[in-house]
Amino acid sequence: MTVNTWFAEKMGNHGIHSTYLEDHHPAHMPCLEIRLIDWSSAAQLARQLDMRFTALWAAEGGKHDEHLRYAYMVFAHPKHRHVMLRAALRENEPAVSSISEHFIAAMRMERVIQEMFAIEVSGIPDPRPWLKHEHWPADAHPLCGDFAADTVMPRCPGEYPFIKAEGSGVYEIPVGPVHAGIIEPGHFRFLAVGEHILNLEQRLGYTHKGIEKRLQGQQAEQAIHLASRASGDMTVAFGWAFARAVEAAAGVVIPARASALRAILCERERMANHIGDIGAICNDASFAFMHAQMQRLREDMARLHKQLFGHRLLMDLIKPGGVSVDLNAEQNLLLRQQTSALAIEVESLRSIYADHSGMQERVIGSGPVSLEEAISIGMTGYAGRASGIYVDERVEEAYPPYDRLNVRIPEGRDGDVATRVWVRFEEIAESARLIETLLGDLPDDDLCSAWQAPDAGVSGLACIESWRGEIVCWVRFGNQGRIDRCTLHDPSEVNWLGLELAVRHVPLPDFPLNNKSFNCSYSGNDL
Amino acid sequence: MLRILKKALFTGVKSEVLAEAGEQIETVGPELEAAIKKRFRGSLAIRAVDAGSCNGCELEIHATNNCYYDIERYGIHFTASPRFADMLLVTGPVTRNMETALIMTYEAMPKPSLVVAMGDCAANCGVFGKNNYAIAGAVADIIPVDVVIHGCPPEPTDIIRGILTAISRT
Ligand code: SF4
Repeated sequence: MTVNTWFAEKMGNHGIHSTYLEDHHPAHMPCLEIRLIDWSSAAQLARQLDMRFTALWAAEGGKHDEHLRYAYMVFAHPKHRHVMLRAALRENEPAVSSISEHFIAAMRMERVIQEMFAIEVSGIPDPRPWLKHEHWPADAHPLCGDFAADTVMPRCPGEYPFIKAEGSGVYEIPVGPVHAGIIEPGHFRFLAVGEHILNLEQRLGYTHKGIEKRLQGQQAEQAIHLASRASGDMTVAFGWAFARAVEAAAGVVIPARASALRAILCERERMANHIGDIGAICNDASFAFMHAQMQRLREDMARLHKQLFGHRLLMDLIKPGGVSVDLNAEQNLLLRQQTSALAIEVESLRSIYADHSGMQERVIGSGPVSLEEAISIGMTGYAGRASGIYVDERVEEAYPPYDRLNVRIPEGRDGDVATRVWVRFEEIAESARLIETLLGDLPDDDLCSAWQAPDAGVSGLACIESWRGEIVCWVRFGNQGRIDRCTLHDPSEVNWLGLELAVRHVPLPDFPLNNKSFNCSYSGNDL
Repeated sequence: MLRILKKALFTGVKSEVLAEAGEQIETVGPELEAAIKKRFRGSLAIRAVDAGSCNGCELEIHATNNCYYDIERYGIHFTASPRFADMLLVTGPVTRNMETALIMTYEAMPKPSLVVAMGDCAANCGVFGKNNYAIAGAVADIIPVDVVIHGCPPEPTDIIRGILTAISRT
């Protein structure tokens, strides 16, 4: 594969010198080292070139430069693909300038490198801790090398400074972390006037499980179990992202049958979650019939997954080098029949949903996010598509097997709850079509290539389109095939901001409907 | 409206049709109902708390409510407030950031109350591990637990079974 020099050249034209790192893969998603002083101007250039921001993190140096600390950021261009930039930080008092004026979605990730690595982010508009809650010791920075993974931290006094209400008639409503339904924990602080939401402030981090720290030192075969539980409802996509990143680093090419099976699992995961969520959205608008029907279909899917693959939610079926499950002709037929039957049933339910005036009244026009707003935060997945951002890694990166499929992307415009639901209906139909195509022409080769971890210091990047949007995974290996640093980025990190924008001026009783229409992950955000 | 009725008619009563295939539920069901009738006069209110799960366990709790398992037909329902709850169903390893919220929820319940730790994470911290700065411990390390349901995640049948076991222990 030839090295992608597009962004390096663009930076060169703007006087930003960069060095290509040989031990990072794949070459078309290069890692370029720049000077710390150019950090913010590189981000500004990416913005000018209409690139989107996908992730930002920090890492200590690898095998050859252990004493250093680096900041990393990733941008993607629809045509010219991803580029990773990194800069070495000063050894004493490491600091980096904030890029949030160019990409606001970077700010929460900057808050994370601040608290996890003790890196100062200068010029960050909101320097409050994010995952690190007020009761952690001030000097605890868990991702630093000298912080032991099993440290028992004392509980310290402290309070989180929420945004305060000002003006007459404005009141605060604190909600969570334990929510009313059966959902993940997080805290929402509403500022409201009368019935209407003025501002929503999210306080997350409650499900922080130290995943990135715990991944360190594990072998890839073991680590994938952990990575694929970053968010249990996206287990296939997270497993795939992790596998693809380690495979890129190791130069392992997986068999065509394995990638087809991965895509079948991933599209089934997309269908199951969209079906379940549409039911739940209807339930929030008191349309119980649709909820019951959708949950029935979702259960049918889970049962067939158990029968064919041994797991209702499809966990642990992907491994470095390939997959651990196969389909014989009979199973293939079963899966194909159920998939097409589901698609037909969903379509018939869809027409009932569309004709239900009570339902439509609740969803049309509720919680709109305009295209400008969506671009400014870089919304991804179905939420982005509903507002007019049609990026999809299955089309842009077209990783196998999507390179031989023609994925059709639904093009939403209005960015409201109704459009987010519409996009999800469209995606169910499209996923069913893709699954049927893949099953009809399953390549006849192996399930797995031999897995061999690369040398110490080698890293790999992968981006996978989960049902929620783009997952970014970067892995660097250390000695004896152990993972030395791995970072995972859930699309929710960005889309949570979309929800904050959507619910301004929305009546409070419509919040659950909006929240469900985004259905961002807490666990994937908090890691 | 007509179409809704038609669809509902054609869908039929799924809980009975599929009970044959998933017979575990049927054996669980009547027993469960008898136990609840006796101990809880036909109604058991559960407060579910995610103490840091990956959300996989929550998907399976939701499934216990679908038409095949229909946990409500046994008089079991999920409630929003711990003050009305007879049972706490806890998922996930208890993260350091959820520890206080879990204890507060437990303390808000009328006593005596039942606690079911659901999933490998709730049982022993699962893949996330106990020796982890971000994890306060398994559920039993934080509050008293009556029954543990293993599985990653446990299947709906096992969840209902676990609830039964907890009730017959009181
Ligand atoms: S037991 Fe499994 S499914 Fe449940 S929270 Fe833990 S990892 Fe997720």
